[in-house]
Amino acid sequence: MKRIPGLLGLLGLCFSVIFGPSAGAADLAPDVLVKDVTSEVLDIVRKDKDIRNGNTPKVLELVETKVVPHFNFARMTRLALGRDGKQATPAQMTTLVEEFRTLLVRTYSKALSEYRDQEIVYKPLKMAPTDTDVKVRTEIRQSGGKPVQLDYYLEKTAAGWKVYDMEVGGVSLVTNYRSSFSQEIRANGIDGLIHSLQAKNKTDPAKK
Amino acid sequence: MTKVQDMKRNKARAGLRSTLMVLAMSSLLAGCATSGNPKDPVEGFNRAMFAFNEGLDAAIIKPVAKGYDAVLPTPVRTGVTNFFGNIADFFIGVNNLLQGKPDQAASDLGRVLVNSTIGILGIFDVATGAGLEKHEEDFGQTFGRWGVGDGAYVVLPFFGPRTVRDTAGLVLDSMADPVADIDHVPTRNTLLALRIVDTRADLLPADKVIEEAALDKYSYIRDGYLQRRRNLVHDGNPPREQADY
Repeated sequence: MKRIPGLLGLLGLCFSVIFGPSAGAADLAPDVLVKDVTSEVLDIVRKDKDIRNGNTPKVLELVETKVVPHFNFARMTRLALGRDGKQATPAQMTTLVEEFRTLLVRTYSKALSEYRDQEIVYKPLKMAPTDTDVKVRTEIRQSGGKPVQLDYYLEKTAAGWKVYDMEVGGVSLVTNYRSSFSQEIRANGIDGLIHSLQAKNKTDPAKK
Repeated sequence: MTKVQDMKRNKARAGLRSTLMVLAMSSLLAGCATSGNPKDPVEGFNRAMFAFNEGLDAAIIKPVAKGYDAVLPTPVRTGVTNFFGNIADFFIGVNNLLQGKPDQAASDLGRVLVNSTIGILGIFDVATGAGLEKHEEDFGQTFGRWGVGDGAYVVLPFFGPRTVRDTAGLVLDSMADPVADIDHVPTRNTLLALRIVDTRADLLPADKVIEEAALDKYSYIRDGYLQRRRNLVHDGNPPREQADY
Protein backbone atom coordinates (compact mmCIF):
# COMPACT_ATOMS: atom_id res chain seq x y z
CA MET A 1 0.00 0.00 0.00
CA LYS A 2 2.86 2.29 0.76
CA ARG A 3 3.78 2.32 -2.88
CA ILE A 4 0.66 4.08 -4.01
CA PRO A 5 1.63 7.61 -3.04
CA GLY A 6 4.95 7.02 -4.73
CA LEU A 7 3.24 5.81 -7.85
CA LEU A 8 0.89 8.73 -7.81
CA GLY A 9 3.86 11.01 -7.45
CA LEU A 10 5.48 9.40 -10.45
CA LEU A 11 2.28 9.74 -12.42
CA GLY A 12 2.16 13.42 -11.43
CA LEU A 13 5.71 13.84 -12.63
CA CYS A 14 4.82 12.28 -15.98
CA PHE A 15 1.88 14.62 -16.34
CA SER A 16 3.96 17.64 -15.54
CA VAL A 17 6.58 16.53 -18.06
CA ILE A 18 3.94 16.00 -20.75
CA PHE A 19 1.87 19.07 -20.00
CA GLY A 20 4.58 21.12 -18.37
CA PRO A 21 5.50 23.54 -21.12
CA SER A 22 1.91 24.62 -21.76
CA ALA A 23 1.25 25.02 -18.05
CA GLY A 24 3.55 28.05 -17.86
CA ALA A 25 2.50 31.69 -17.57
CA ALA A 26 -0.16 31.05 -20.22
CA ASP A 27 -2.31 29.05 -17.84
CA LEU A 28 -1.82 31.05 -14.67
CA ALA A 29 -4.89 32.72 -13.23
CA PRO A 30 -4.66 36.53 -13.59
CA ASP A 31 -4.33 37.23 -9.87
CA VAL A 32 -1.65 34.55 -9.48
CA LEU A 33 0.22 36.01 -12.44
CA VAL A 34 0.16 39.54 -10.95
CA LYS A 35 1.26 38.25 -7.58
CA ASP A 36 4.07 36.07 -8.96
CA VAL A 37 5.50 38.80 -11.17
CA THR A 38 5.20 41.49 -8.48
CA SER A 39 6.86 39.45 -5.76
CA GLU A 40 9.61 38.26 -8.05
CA VAL A 41 10.39 41.80 -9.27
CA LEU A 42 10.19 43.41 -5.83
CA ASP A 43 12.42 40.70 -4.37
CA ILE A 44 15.07 41.64 -6.90
CA VAL A 45 14.64 45.37 -6.20
CA ARG A 46 14.92 44.80 -2.45
CA LYS A 47 18.18 42.92 -2.82
CA ASP A 48 19.74 45.16 -5.45
CA LYS A 49 21.36 48.31 -4.10
CA ASP A 50 22.16 49.60 -7.59
CA ILE A 51 18.49 49.68 -8.51
CA ARG A 52 17.51 51.43 -5.30
CA ASN A 53 20.21 54.00 -5.93
CA GLY A 54 18.71 54.75 -9.31
CA ASN A 55 20.79 52.65 -11.72
CA THR A 56 18.52 53.24 -14.71
CA PRO A 57 19.85 50.67 -17.23
CA LYS A 58 19.58 47.93 -14.62
CA VAL A 59 15.95 48.73 -13.73
CA LEU A 60 15.02 49.03 -17.39
CA GLU A 61 16.50 45.60 -18.06
CA LEU A 62 14.60 44.10 -15.14
CA VAL A 63 11.32 45.57 -16.38
CA GLU A 64 12.00 44.47 -19.96
CA THR A 65 12.67 40.85 -19.02
CA LYS A 66 10.20 40.30 -16.17
CA VAL A 67 7.29 42.70 -16.68
CA VAL A 68 7.01 43.67 -20.35
CA PRO A 69 6.13 40.13 -21.59
CA HIS A 70 2.88 40.37 -19.62
CA PHE A 71 1.81 43.75 -21.04
CA ASN A 72 -0.27 44.38 -24.15
CA PHE A 73 1.13 47.66 -25.44
CA ALA A 74 -0.95 47.72 -28.62
CA ARG A 75 -4.15 47.75 -26.58
CA MET A 76 -2.70 50.33 -24.18
CA THR A 77 -1.89 52.62 -27.08
CA ARG A 78 -5.39 52.26 -28.53
CA LEU A 79 -6.86 53.01 -25.09
CA ALA A 80 -4.74 56.12 -24.69
CA LEU A 81 -5.64 57.37 -28.17
CA GLY A 82 -9.35 56.73 -27.82
CA ARG A 83 -11.41 57.85 -30.80
CA ASP A 84 -8.43 59.65 -32.39
CA GLY A 85 -6.71 56.31 -32.96
CA LYS A 86 -8.84 55.78 -36.06
CA GLN A 87 -6.93 58.49 -37.91
CA ALA A 88 -3.62 56.63 -37.66
CA THR A 89 -2.36 54.58 -40.59
CA PRO A 90 -1.05 51.08 -39.72
CA ALA A 91 2.53 52.38 -40.06
CA GLN A 92 1.85 55.33 -37.78
CA MET A 93 0.17 53.00 -35.31
CA THR A 94 3.26 50.76 -35.20
CA THR A 95 5.45 53.77 -34.40
CA LEU A 96 2.97 55.05 -31.80
CA VAL A 97 2.89 51.68 -30.03
CA GLU A 98 6.68 51.57 -30.01
CA GLU A 99 7.09 55.09 -28.61
CA PHE A 100 4.30 54.76 -26.07
CA ARG A 101 5.81 51.47 -24.93
CA THR A 102 9.16 53.19 -24.30
CA LEU A 103 7.46 55.96 -22.31
CA LEU A 104 5.46 53.52 -20.16
CA VAL A 105 8.44 51.25 -19.53
CA ARG A 106 10.50 54.23 -18.42
CA THR A 107 7.74 55.51 -16.14
CA TYR A 108 7.22 52.06 -14.63
CA SER A 109 10.95 51.66 -14.08
CA LYS A 110 11.17 55.06 -12.39
CA ALA A 111 8.33 54.11 -10.04
CA LEU A 112 10.03 50.80 -9.29
CA SER A 113 13.32 52.45 -8.33
CA GLU A 114 11.37 54.58 -5.82
CA TYR A 115 10.11 51.40 -4.10
CA ARG A 116 11.07 51.29 -0.42
CA ASP A 117 9.88 48.11 1.32
CA GLN A 118 6.18 49.03 1.32
CA GLU A 119 3.94 46.05 1.89
CA ILE A 120 1.80 44.86 -1.04
CA VAL A 121 -1.59 43.39 -0.19
CA TYR A 122 -3.44 41.29 -2.79
CA LYS A 123 -7.22 41.62 -2.68
CA PRO A 124 -9.46 38.61 -3.41
CA LEU A 125 -10.29 38.29 -7.11
CA LYS A 126 -13.90 38.55 -8.24
CA MET A 127 -14.06 36.49 -11.41
CA ALA A 128 -16.34 33.99 -13.12
CA PRO A 129 -14.61 31.05 -14.86
CA THR A 130 -15.75 32.35 -18.26
CA ASP A 131 -14.49 35.91 -17.75
CA THR A 132 -11.91 37.11 -20.25
CA ASP A 133 -11.48 40.60 -18.80
CA VAL A 134 -10.69 41.11 -15.10
CA LYS A 135 -9.45 43.66 -12.62
CA VAL A 136 -6.83 42.47 -10.14
CA ARG A 137 -6.79 44.68 -7.09
CA THR A 138 -3.76 45.26 -4.93
CA GLU A 139 -2.89 47.78 -2.29
CA ILE A 140 0.36 49.38 -1.24
CA ARG A 141 0.51 49.82 2.53
CA GLN A 142 2.80 52.55 3.76
CA SER A 143 3.44 53.84 7.23
CA GLY A 144 1.90 57.21 7.96
CA GLY A 145 -0.58 57.21 5.10
CA LYS A 146 -3.72 55.81 3.63
CA PRO A 147 -3.01 52.67 1.57
CA VAL A 148 -2.63 53.34 -2.15
CA GLN A 149 -4.80 51.33 -4.54
CA LEU A 150 -2.88 49.67 -7.37
CA ASP A 151 -5.17 47.90 -9.83
CA TYR A 152 -4.32 45.91 -12.95
CA TYR A 153 -6.73 45.28 -15.81
CA LEU A 154 -6.04 42.06 -17.67
CA GLU A 155 -7.51 40.37 -20.71
CA LYS A 156 -7.27 36.73 -21.68
CA THR A 157 -5.36 36.06 -24.89
CA ALA A 158 -4.05 32.93 -26.57
CA ALA A 159 -0.69 33.67 -24.94
CA GLY A 160 -2.13 33.98 -21.43
CA TRP A 161 -3.44 36.94 -19.45
CA LYS A 162 -2.04 40.32 -20.49
CA VAL A 163 -2.20 43.62 -18.60
CA TYR A 164 -3.78 46.42 -20.67
CA ASP A 165 -4.26 49.11 -18.03
CA MET A 166 -2.94 50.00 -14.58
CA GLU A 167 -4.47 52.39 -12.10
CA VAL A 168 -2.63 54.02 -9.21
CA GLY A 169 -5.06 55.50 -6.69
CA GLY A 170 -7.69 55.41 -9.41
CA VAL A 171 -5.53 57.25 -11.94
CA SER A 172 -4.96 55.22 -15.08
CA LEU A 173 -1.37 55.34 -16.30
CA VAL A 174 -2.83 54.82 -19.79
CA THR A 175 -5.97 56.92 -20.18
CA ASN A 176 -4.44 59.81 -18.26
CA TYR A 177 -2.77 60.63 -21.58
CA ARG A 178 -5.97 60.69 -23.60
CA SER A 179 -6.79 64.38 -23.48
CA SER A 180 -3.22 65.59 -24.02
CA PHE A 181 -2.82 63.12 -26.92
CA SER A 182 -6.02 64.32 -28.54
CA GLN A 183 -4.98 67.94 -28.01
CA GLU A 184 -1.68 67.24 -29.75
CA ILE A 185 -3.39 65.39 -32.60
CA ARG A 186 -5.88 68.22 -33.12
CA ALA A 187 -3.04 70.74 -33.27
CA ASN A 188 -0.36 68.82 -35.20
CA GLY A 189 -1.88 65.55 -36.39
CA ILE A 190 -0.78 61.98 -35.66
CA ASP A 191 2.76 62.80 -36.82
CA GLY A 192 2.86 65.68 -34.35
CA LEU A 193 2.08 63.28 -31.53
CA ILE A 194 4.71 60.83 -32.78
CA HIS A 195 7.28 63.63 -32.80
CA SER A 196 6.48 64.80 -29.30
CA LEU A 197 6.65 61.23 -27.98
CA GLN A 198 9.99 60.74 -29.73
CA ALA A 199 11.31 64.01 -28.31
CA LYS A 200 10.20 62.98 -24.81
CA ASN A 201 11.83 59.55 -25.16
CA LYS A 202 15.11 61.05 -26.35
CA THR A 203 15.65 62.87 -23.06
CA ASP A 204 18.09 60.98 -20.88
CA PRO A 205 16.17 59.08 -18.19
CA ALA A 206 19.24 58.90 -15.98
CA LYS A 207 19.34 62.66 -15.56
CA LYS A 208 16.06 62.95 -13.72
CA MET B 1 -20.57 87.24 20.97
CA THR B 2 -17.20 86.11 22.28
CA LYS B 3 -13.97 87.22 20.76
CA VAL B 4 -13.15 83.70 19.57
CA GLN B 5 -16.47 83.34 17.76
CA ASP B 6 -15.90 86.72 16.21
CA MET B 7 -12.44 85.71 15.00
CA LYS B 8 -13.81 82.51 13.55
CA ARG B 9 -16.50 84.40 11.70
CA ASN B 10 -13.93 86.78 10.29
CA LYS B 11 -11.79 83.88 9.20
CA ALA B 12 -14.73 82.22 7.54
CA ARG B 13 -15.57 85.46 5.77
CA ALA B 14 -12.00 85.93 4.63
CA GLY B 15 -11.92 82.37 3.31
CA LEU B 16 -15.21 82.82 1.49
CA ARG B 17 -14.12 86.16 0.10
CA SER B 18 -10.88 84.81 -1.34
CA THR B 19 -12.73 81.88 -2.90
CA LEU B 20 -15.31 84.17 -4.46
CA MET B 21 -12.50 86.34 -5.77
CA VAL B 22 -10.79 83.36 -7.38
CA LEU B 23 -14.05 82.22 -8.92
CA ALA B 24 -14.81 85.73 -10.18
CA MET B 25 -11.33 85.98 -11.65
CA SER B 26 -11.77 82.59 -13.27
CA SER B 27 -15.00 83.60 -14.95
CA LEU B 28 -13.48 86.90 -16.08
CA LEU B 29 -10.64 85.03 -17.66
CA ALA B 30 -12.90 82.42 -19.15
CA GLY B 31 -12.56 84.09 -22.53
CA CYS B 32 -8.80 83.56 -22.56
CA ALA B 33 -6.97 81.15 -24.80
CA THR B 34 -8.04 77.57 -24.27
CA SER B 35 -7.42 74.38 -26.16
CA GLY B 36 -11.09 73.53 -26.07
CA ASN B 37 -11.07 70.97 -23.24
CA PRO B 38 -14.62 71.17 -21.86
CA LYS B 39 -13.43 70.36 -18.34
CA ASP B 40 -10.87 73.15 -18.42
CA PRO B 41 -12.60 76.31 -19.72
CA VAL B 42 -10.12 78.69 -18.05
CA GLU B 43 -6.97 76.92 -19.21
CA GLY B 44 -5.07 80.16 -19.86
CA PHE B 45 -5.58 81.36 -16.30
CA ASN B 46 -4.93 77.88 -14.91
CA ARG B 47 -1.65 77.52 -16.77
CA ALA B 48 -0.49 80.87 -15.38
CA MET B 49 -1.40 79.82 -11.83
CA PHE B 50 0.23 76.43 -12.39
CA ALA B 51 3.45 78.15 -13.46
CA PHE B 52 3.28 80.40 -10.40
CA ASN B 53 2.82 77.41 -8.06
CA GLU B 54 5.59 75.47 -9.79
CA GLY B 55 7.93 78.44 -9.39
CA LEU B 56 7.09 78.77 -5.72
CA ASP B 57 7.62 75.05 -5.24
CA ALA B 58 10.96 74.99 -7.03
CA ALA B 59 12.25 78.08 -5.22
CA ILE B 60 11.12 77.38 -1.66
CA ILE B 61 8.88 74.46 -0.79
CA LYS B 62 10.65 71.62 -2.59
CA PRO B 63 14.18 72.52 -1.39
CA VAL B 64 12.92 72.79 2.20
CA ALA B 65 11.06 69.47 1.88
CA LYS B 66 14.19 67.81 0.47
CA GLY B 67 16.29 69.06 3.39
CA TYR B 68 13.63 67.96 5.85
CA ASP B 69 13.53 64.53 4.24
CA ALA B 70 17.33 64.22 4.31
CA VAL B 71 17.79 65.38 7.91
CA LEU B 72 15.01 63.57 9.75
CA PRO B 73 15.20 59.79 10.28
CA THR B 74 12.26 57.85 8.82
CA PRO B 75 10.53 57.04 12.17
CA VAL B 76 10.45 60.75 13.05
CA ARG B 77 9.07 61.61 9.60
CA THR B 78 6.39 58.95 9.99
CA GLY B 79 5.57 60.30 13.46
CA VAL B 80 5.00 63.79 12.05
CA THR B 81 2.80 62.48 9.22
CA ASN B 82 0.84 60.38 11.75
CA PHE B 83 0.40 63.36 14.08
CA PHE B 84 -1.25 65.47 11.36
CA GLY B 85 -3.12 62.44 10.04
CA ASN B 86 -4.64 61.94 13.48
CA ILE B 87 -5.81 65.55 13.60
CA ALA B 88 -7.38 65.12 10.17
CA ASP B 89 -9.13 61.85 11.10
CA PHE B 90 -11.76 63.65 13.16
CA PHE B 91 -13.19 65.60 10.22
CA ILE B 92 -12.72 62.61 7.94
CA GLY B 93 -15.14 60.90 10.33
CA VAL B 94 -17.53 63.87 10.21
CA ASN B 95 -17.47 63.73 6.41
CA ASN B 96 -18.12 59.99 6.41
CA LEU B 97 -21.12 60.64 8.61
CA LEU B 98 -22.36 63.37 6.25
CA GLN B 99 -21.95 60.91 3.37
CA GLY B 100 -24.16 58.38 5.13
CA LYS B 101 -21.41 55.96 6.12
CA PRO B 102 -21.79 55.68 9.90
CA ASP B 103 -19.65 52.51 10.09
CA GLN B 104 -16.69 54.27 8.54
CA ALA B 105 -17.32 57.37 10.65
CA ALA B 106 -17.28 55.25 13.81
CA SER B 107 -14.02 53.67 12.67
CA ASP B 108 -12.48 57.12 12.08
CA LEU B 109 -13.51 58.36 15.52
CA GLY B 110 -12.19 55.11 17.00
CA ARG B 111 -8.89 55.86 15.28
CA VAL B 112 -8.75 59.31 16.89
CA LEU B 113 -9.47 57.85 20.33
CA VAL B 114 -6.92 55.04 20.06
CA ASN B 115 -4.17 57.05 18.39
CA SER B 116 -4.54 60.12 20.62
CA THR B 117 -4.12 58.00 23.74
CA ILE B 118 -2.23 54.76 23.16
CA GLY B 119 -0.57 56.32 20.12
CA ILE B 120 0.67 59.28 22.22
CA LEU B 121 -1.00 62.34 20.64
CA GLY B 122 -1.24 60.57 17.31
CA ILE B 123 2.49 60.09 16.79
CA PHE B 124 2.05 56.33 16.49
CA ASP B 125 -0.69 54.93 14.30
CA VAL B 126 -1.66 51.94 16.41
CA ALA B 127 -5.24 51.96 15.07
CA THR B 128 -4.26 50.72 11.60
CA GLY B 129 -2.56 47.69 13.15
CA ALA B 130 -5.73 47.09 15.17
CA GLY B 131 -7.77 46.90 11.97
CA LEU B 132 -9.12 50.46 11.81
CA GLU B 133 -8.07 51.48 8.31
CA LYS B 134 -7.30 55.11 7.50
CA HIS B 135 -9.72 56.82 5.14
CA GLU B 136 -9.49 59.90 2.96
CA GLU B 137 -12.49 62.20 2.96
CA ASP B 138 -13.11 65.94 2.70
CA PHE B 139 -16.00 68.32 2.12
CA GLY B 140 -15.40 68.35 -1.65
CA GLN B 141 -15.99 64.58 -1.71
CA THR B 142 -19.05 64.97 0.49
CA PHE B 143 -20.54 67.44 -2.01
CA GLY B 144 -19.68 65.00 -4.79
CA ARG B 145 -21.42 62.21 -2.91
CA TRP B 146 -24.48 64.44 -2.59
CA GLY B 147 -24.57 64.74 -6.36
CA VAL B 148 -22.85 68.10 -6.87
CA GLY B 149 -20.94 67.99 -10.18
CA ASP B 150 -17.25 68.86 -10.47
CA GLY B 151 -17.66 72.17 -12.24
CA ALA B 152 -14.71 73.67 -14.07
CA TYR B 153 -11.14 72.73 -13.24
CA VAL B 154 -9.29 75.57 -11.51
CA VAL B 155 -5.70 75.89 -10.35
CA LEU B 156 -5.67 77.98 -7.18
CA PRO B 157 -2.61 79.97 -6.20
CA PHE B 158 -0.81 78.18 -3.30
CA PHE B 159 -3.43 75.41 -3.03
CA GLY B 160 -3.00 73.95 -6.51
CA PRO B 161 -5.50 71.90 -8.55
CA ARG B 162 -9.16 71.93 -7.58
CA THR B 163 -12.53 71.99 -9.26
CA VAL B 164 -15.16 74.60 -8.47
CA ARG B 165 -16.88 72.06 -6.23
CA ASP B 166 -13.64 71.13 -4.47
CA THR B 167 -12.84 74.83 -3.98
CA ALA B 168 -16.07 75.19 -2.03
CA GLY B 169 -15.06 72.05 -0.13
CA LEU B 170 -11.64 73.56 0.56
CA VAL B 171 -13.25 76.60 2.22
CA LEU B 172 -15.11 74.31 4.64
CA ASP B 173 -12.01 72.12 5.12
CA SER B 174 -9.97 75.17 6.11
CA MET B 175 -12.68 76.46 8.44
CA ALA B 176 -12.86 73.06 10.12
CA ASP B 177 -9.08 72.67 10.33
CA PRO B 178 -8.16 72.34 14.03
CA VAL B 179 -4.57 73.47 13.40
CA ALA B 180 -5.71 76.81 11.97
CA ASP B 181 -7.87 77.27 15.07
CA ILE B 182 -4.98 77.31 17.52
CA ASP B 183 -4.99 80.68 19.30
CA HIS B 184 -1.27 80.79 20.09
CA VAL B 185 -0.02 82.31 16.84
CA PRO B 186 3.63 81.08 16.83
CA THR B 187 2.50 77.51 17.57
CA ARG B 188 -0.17 77.70 14.89
CA ASN B 189 2.19 79.04 12.23
CA THR B 190 4.90 76.52 13.09
CA LEU B 191 2.44 73.64 12.82
CA LEU B 192 0.96 74.95 9.55
CA ALA B 193 4.43 75.29 8.03
CA LEU B 194 5.51 71.88 9.31
CA ARG B 195 2.42 70.28 7.81
CA ILE B 196 3.08 71.83 4.40
CA VAL B 197 6.71 70.67 4.42
CA ASP B 198 5.83 67.19 5.65
CA THR B 199 3.08 66.77 3.04
CA ARG B 200 5.44 67.97 0.31
CA ALA B 201 8.20 65.63 1.46
CA ASP B 202 5.79 62.69 1.21
CA LEU B 203 5.24 63.60 -2.45
CA LEU B 204 8.91 63.71 -3.44
CA PRO B 205 9.00 60.17 -4.92
CA ALA B 206 5.82 60.79 -6.95
CA ASP B 207 7.44 63.92 -8.37
CA LYS B 208 10.12 61.97 -10.22
CA VAL B 209 7.61 59.55 -11.68
CA ILE B 210 5.40 62.38 -12.98
CA GLU B 211 8.42 64.09 -14.57
CA GLU B 212 9.23 60.82 -16.31
CA ALA B 213 5.67 60.18 -17.44
CA ALA B 214 4.33 63.56 -18.54
CA LEU B 215 4.52 64.94 -22.06
CA ASP B 216 2.93 68.12 -20.75
CA LYS B 217 3.09 68.31 -16.97
CA TYR B 218 0.14 70.72 -16.71
CA SER B 219 -2.33 68.44 -18.47
CA TYR B 220 -0.92 65.29 -16.90
CA ILE B 221 -1.56 66.71 -13.43
CA ARG B 222 -4.96 68.11 -14.44
CA ASP B 223 -6.21 64.79 -15.83
CA GLY B 224 -4.69 62.88 -12.94
CA TYR B 225 -6.38 65.17 -10.43
CA LEU B 226 -9.78 64.77 -12.09
CA GLN B 227 -9.46 60.97 -12.26
CA ARG B 228 -8.27 60.82 -8.67
CA ARG B 229 -11.15 62.88 -7.33
CA ARG B 230 -13.66 60.82 -9.27
CA ASN B 231 -12.13 57.71 -7.72
CA LEU B 232 -12.27 59.20 -4.21
CA VAL B 233 -15.90 60.32 -4.48
CA HIS B 234 -16.78 56.72 -5.40
CA ASP B 235 -14.56 55.37 -2.58
CA GLY B 236 -12.26 53.54 -4.96
CA ASN B 237 -14.95 51.98 -7.16
CA PRO B 238 -15.95 54.46 -9.86
CA PRO B 239 -17.92 53.13 -12.82
CA ARG B 240 -15.41 52.37 -15.57
CA GLU B 241 -15.82 54.84 -18.41
CA GLN B 242 -12.97 54.26 -20.86
CA ALA B 243 -13.82 52.35 -24.00
CA ASP B 244 -11.68 51.00 -26.78
CA TYR B 245 -12.17 52.30 -30.26
